[in-house]
Amino acid sequence: MPALRAEGVYKVFGRRPGEAVRRLQAGASVEDVKPHGTAAVIDASFEVADGETFVVMGLSGSGKSTLIRMLNGLWRPTSGRVMIGDTDISGISGRELRALRQQRVSMVFQHFALLPHRSVLDNAAYPLALQDVDRTERRRRAGEALEMVGLAGWEDHLPSQLSGGMRQRVGLARALAAGTDILLMDEAFSALDPLIRREMQEQLLELQQTLGKTIVFITHDLNEAMHLGDRIAVMREGRIVQIGTSEQILSDPATDYVAQFVADVDKTRVLTAASVMVRPAAVVTTGAGPRVALREMREAQASAAYLVDRDRTLRGVLRDDDVVQALRDGSDSLVDLTRDEVTAVSTETLLMDVFAPSAETPLPVPVVDDRGRLVGVIPRVTLLEAMSRNLADPTTVSADADPAALDGTTTEVSA
Amino acid sequence: MSVTSITSVLTDPGFRLPLGDWVDAGVDGLIATFGGLFDLIRTVLIGGFEAVETVLITPPMWIVALVLAGLAYLAKGWRLALGALIGFLVVQGVDQWGNAMASLALVLVASAIALAIGIPMGIWAASSDRVSAAVRPVLDFMQTMPAFVYLIPVVIIFSVGPVPGLVATIVFALAPGVRFTELGIRQVDQEVVEAGHAFGSTPRRILRQIQLPLALPTIMAGVNQVIMLSLSMVVISGLVGAAGLGRDVVSALSRVNVSLGFEAGLAVVILAMYLDRITSALADRSPVAKALRTTSA
Repeated sequence: MPALRAEGVYKVFGRRPGEAVRRLQAGASVEDVKPHGTAAVIDASFEVADGETFVVMGLSGSGKSTLIRMLNGLWRPTSGRVMIGDTDISGISGRELRALRQQRVSMVFQHFALLPHRSVLDNAAYPLALQDVDRTERRRRAGEALEMVGLAGWEDHLPSQLSGGMRQRVGLARALAAGTDILLMDEAFSALDPLIRREMQEQLLELQQTLGKTIVFITHDLNEAMHLGDRIAVMREGRIVQIGTSEQILSDPATDYVAQFVADVDKTRVLTAASVMVRPAAVVTTGAGPRVALREMREAQASAAYLVDRDRTLRGVLRDDDVVQALRDGSDSLVDLTRDEVTAVSTETLLMDVFAPSAETPLPVPVVDDRGRLVGVIPRVTLLEAMSRNLADPTTVSADADPAALDGTTTEVSA
Repeated sequence: MSVTSITSVLTDPGFRLPLGDWVDAGVDGLIATFGGLFDLIRTVLIGGFEAVETVLITPPMWIVALVLAGLAYLAKGWRLALGALIGFLVVQGVDQWGNAMASLALVLVASAIALAIGIPMGIWAASSDRVSAAVRPVLDFMQTMPAFVYLIPVVIIFSVGPVPGLVATIVFALAPGVRFTELGIRQVDQEVVEAGHAFGSTPRRILRQIQLPLALPTIMAGVNQVIMLSLSMVVISGLVGAAGLGRDVVSALSRVNVSLGFEAGLAVVILAMYLDRITSALADRSPVAKALRTTSA
């Protein structure tokens, strides 16, 4: 069961919202229903899986803030259903809604929304006080949450004594202290300056690895969306125009609007090694001898080969001159010949993090999966070429490109 | 009836809109209907006033003056305490101490009641646009109607003495209590209120833990205004025989006695300054005001 589900959710502000929704459902445009009300969210449907980070991205006025406020019942949908687990929150009483907010869904706000007259610790403990947790327990749990966000030692300060980034950490600690599975983050980092914002994003990703919360994150910043989101919903004028992973949205934008939006994205922050890697040209298993290795290199017209175990675990790189020397010396163990000069990257590594290993060596950077097996390589030229093609036309890059063409590239480079 | 017939009625020299007669009849009706209620109000007000006045007048002057100066010290610091003490000595020096304490008792009782009515009204008005729209013209009326005019029906209902003075003062001083409370609550950062809702707080708890504390500096400014308006009205209510500085001001006026008028007037000024500085100092001491003054460590 998804942690959170929206089904055909509408929100119309104005005098006759019901009528406006009926007309919108019948196909009327936002302009047509203006006399009845202003449509903020139109027919939004999506599911957020347990432990997923779901980003809703759109410019201001696209309805994303209204949408997130319907997920915890701060606004009631004009039409449609919002499900938290198996509870339909549009139909429950105020008391049940408050219990749900205490136990299931917490929120982080754009401008932090801290109580200025209460200490950092009391702010973090605020949701626990509402849950009637006793004082010692509440201070302990709030203290833990503050430590998680790196604010240990600041418990007795007032929010006004902290910088913006630190205040938002208090906001985050407050939401974490609440102990809910679902975290709604409304433009949580948008009020912070870029460096701090980046830092907070990293921290959130780090926390998310251990906590595994279900997060709905609202932002107007596409880079932030791509960086944080497992999946992204792009909103425009109240409608969700596309839902997909950042790579899907980059490589296959659903509309011209999305295409335009993603045109200036820094793709090295989004695309992973797996999406540009190619088949390695020369691979030698540890059982083979120097002669086999040399033949492999000759056939691939490469000056080096990757040495792997029988299960393709990467052992190292063989250079042609080393192998020739070994052949002259009459040695036949290849493992002793390997060099550690090439750093392997994982399939999940972002392209921006492949540049450094790539710069260290003229050889292609090996890509390994989570068990250390060689699954591909990224020659420097492929990296550069992928980048330039991306910049020119985002639709041409994809992980499942024609292997034959890629092989050609590899040989050329490793020769 | 056609337009011409209405204008002909209105321009008829014999015609007069009998608004005054209606109010007259209304006041009579009020007394007939709510006589018991008015008696109750009279008893409560007299009781409150006499209790406070007794506390202020019974001990020797210097003890009361020291206690009041001590409050000033607690609220603000030794400078205000010293200033207050000097002021009180001046009041005593012009032989207005008893009157000043009677006026202070009137101000305290009237302000307390005006705030007890005004702050809840302000909270209610802040929670509902409809209430706010209904309350606003009433407040305008209460605040801009010339103060003397209140005294007339009030005297009819409560006769002379401190009670009509108190009632007129409460009505006159009520408005800023309501207005500032409403303004203060409406000015509270909506995101913080939203945070209260988002973490599952009840509206009552949000009012107590978020809205009121954050609105407190503004509400305290309202308290200050209520007290200042009370003081100005307490002097006017000397006209209807309320005890205190007002009575001397009124008698000085009727006898064109410049020296008495100046002395009583000066005592009013000193009392006003004392009350004003104390209440603004208290506003600065609210947790939110203090927290906002604290800058980065």
